[in-house]
Amino acid sequence: MEKLQFQLVGDKAPAAFIPILVGVVGSGNLEVMIEPLADSPTCRVDVITSAQGFAPIWRAVMQDFQERHGLAGIAISINDMGATPAVVSLRLDQAAAALHGLTKDNA
Amino acid sequence: MNWEPLLDALFDAGHQVNCSGDLLTGTAEVQGRTVAVVGTTNHAAIGIELALAQAGAVLSVVRGHPGRPIVLLVDTQGQRLRHRDELLGINRYMAHLGCCIELARRQHHAVIGLVYDQALSGGFITSGLIADACYALPEAEIRVMRLPAMARVTKIDEERLTELSKSNPVFAPGVENFVAMGGIRALWRGDLQAQLRIALENSPIVDQRSLDGAARGGRKLAAMVVERVVEA
Amino acid sequence: MNRSFAESTARERVAHLLDAKSFIEILGPGERVVSPHLALLGVPSSFDDGVVIGHGTLNGQLVFIAAQEGEFMGGGVGEVHGAKLVGLFKRALRDKPAAVIVLAESGGVRLHEANAGLIAVSEVMRALLDARAQGIPVIMLIGGANGCFGGMGLIARCADHVVMSDLGRLAMSGPEVIESSHGVEEYDSRDRALVWRTTGGKHRYLIGDCDQLVEDDVDAFRHAAIGLLGQSMSLSLLALEAEHDLLSDRLTRFGECRDALDVWRLLGVPDPSIVADLEASEMFVLKSLASGESV
Repeated sequence: MEKLQFQLVGDKAPAAFIPILVGVVGSGNLEVMIEPLADSPTCRVDVITSAQGFAPIWRAVMQDFQERHGLAGIAISINDMGATPAVVSLRLDQAAAALHGLTKDNA
Repeated sequence: MNWEPLLDALFDAGHQVNCSGDLLTGTAEVQGRTVAVVGTTNHAAIGIELALAQAGAVLSVVRGHPGRPIVLLVDTQGQRLRHRDELLGINRYMAHLGCCIELARRQHHAVIGLVYDQALSGGFITSGLIADACYALPEAEIRVMRLPAMARVTKIDEERLTELSKSNPVFAPGVENFVAMGGIRALWRGDLQAQLRIALENSPIVDQRSLDGAARGGRKLAAMVVERVVEA
Repeated sequence: MNRSFAESTARERVAHLLDAKSFIEILGPGERVVSPHLALLGVPSSFDDGVVIGHGTLNGQLVFIAAQEGEFMGGGVGEVHGAKLVGLFKRALRDKPAAVIVLAESGGVRLHEANAGLIAVSEVMRALLDARAQGIPVIMLIGGANGCFGGMGLIARCADHVVMSDLGRLAMSGPEVIESSHGVEEYDSRDRALVWRTTGGKHRYLIGDCDQLVEDDVDAFRHAAIGLLGQSMSLSLLALEAEHDLLSDRLTRFGECRDALDVWRLLGVPDPSIVADLEASEMFVLKSLASGESV
């Protein structure tokens, strides 16, 4: 198992929300939780993954994600059991969509 | 331990417990007080017939002998692993045994479980483990699964499992682990009849196993999680 | 709209089973109450330890709900997972919901935490029966791809009601362990038709271990659950003696059967070979026509 952390710079900070969770920690799958990180200019990402040695790929996936969404003031926590980069991106986008839906409701 | 010397050690002389196949049923006296005895021997595989027979014995006590304590004697290799038992719903037969024991408890029968030889796999979940309290002899074998098999199923190296089990009682075989986890209330050494007498007098009404597990350090989270859920 | 129960995650099942937006999770993932043991074994944890618990409304009535995530560790019961279930039943004693609904999908005890899981199963059983003794109905919904096995199979039959889809399975030991033990002649674990004949929803429905059989659809489970709210079954001596008689009778009638087909034939199903192809609604008609057992 490996623990990774990334800090990504963004500018779209959502208003307060309750934690969002998508995905499941099953083989080839992962769960992604998004929580508020008040007053932070960054998007902090913590990954626990069953695979080892894929840090550069995780970094690339996270950077792509940030380019798509540019979020700040959130903490993303991931429990991964060997998902492919495509599945990781999918879950991240699903979580971001859920966040968008939630904060739109609150607006 | 064999069931016959066990009964001699647990009860007054002249008990009336019979062995029929793998089933033990009957009555015995503890300092003159009659108790019902229900259990298994020969490392019994618990199939539908044996689960039903034990349930029937418990129901007889509830029906005919209000307040009579019940001693469950456990020696099992686990549930019977046969297509027929699954077809006919062994889970329902075993659940029924558990519900009958629970009925006895609710009707104020003290119910004490004792693992005197083996308690493997899921064999005693709905018998000894659903009593007011379950005890064990120090030489008893209690385990869910042997480590080599566990290593194969979990795909975790057996050496790693063995190493970890030295400091964590959460998965490895052993009576001491079950005591540390709160599942077994205590081990009985020495005067077995004295231990039984004390157990009958101090039979808990509320399930305090998670509290025991926390106090003993084997299960540090369970009791706290239960409380947090109730109070949330 | 048809939403497959089997293909939905535990969270999705809860969200779509209960009245819209009524679900309030207890000890949700943000609380991070995770297994203290899995990391030591090099296995990733799940933020909710594989079970979602909380309360909401069903048809306007307060219900408690627990849903096991079959994809995480096979839905196996570990220390935290088990304690969440125990806590839910204990809380029910105080809040008296119209039912505690358990969406069971589990292989039983989580081997990585075997001893904790084993003890937890009996603690859940005790807590469940305590709730039932206070008249709170417990409803099991079984329709996940992983089935409901082991300790959860025992717990399922301690509940007031069991609802299954034909995709669901309910049993004690899995086919693989039986095959390992006594050979492929005893139980061919790769014969899917055999496995489902032996443990699947249709067989359990015909033999009487499942009260209702529904389509693989969250809405179908929802409607079945609504119909069972407030219906508490007795745990009296009389009730258990009736259960005892039923189980004795079952042994007598079907004790010599080699296969579910034999059981169904004895139950009065004219052509057992067609059962596998029937829809859930057709099964209802079949059971009514056949001389089925009923509690």
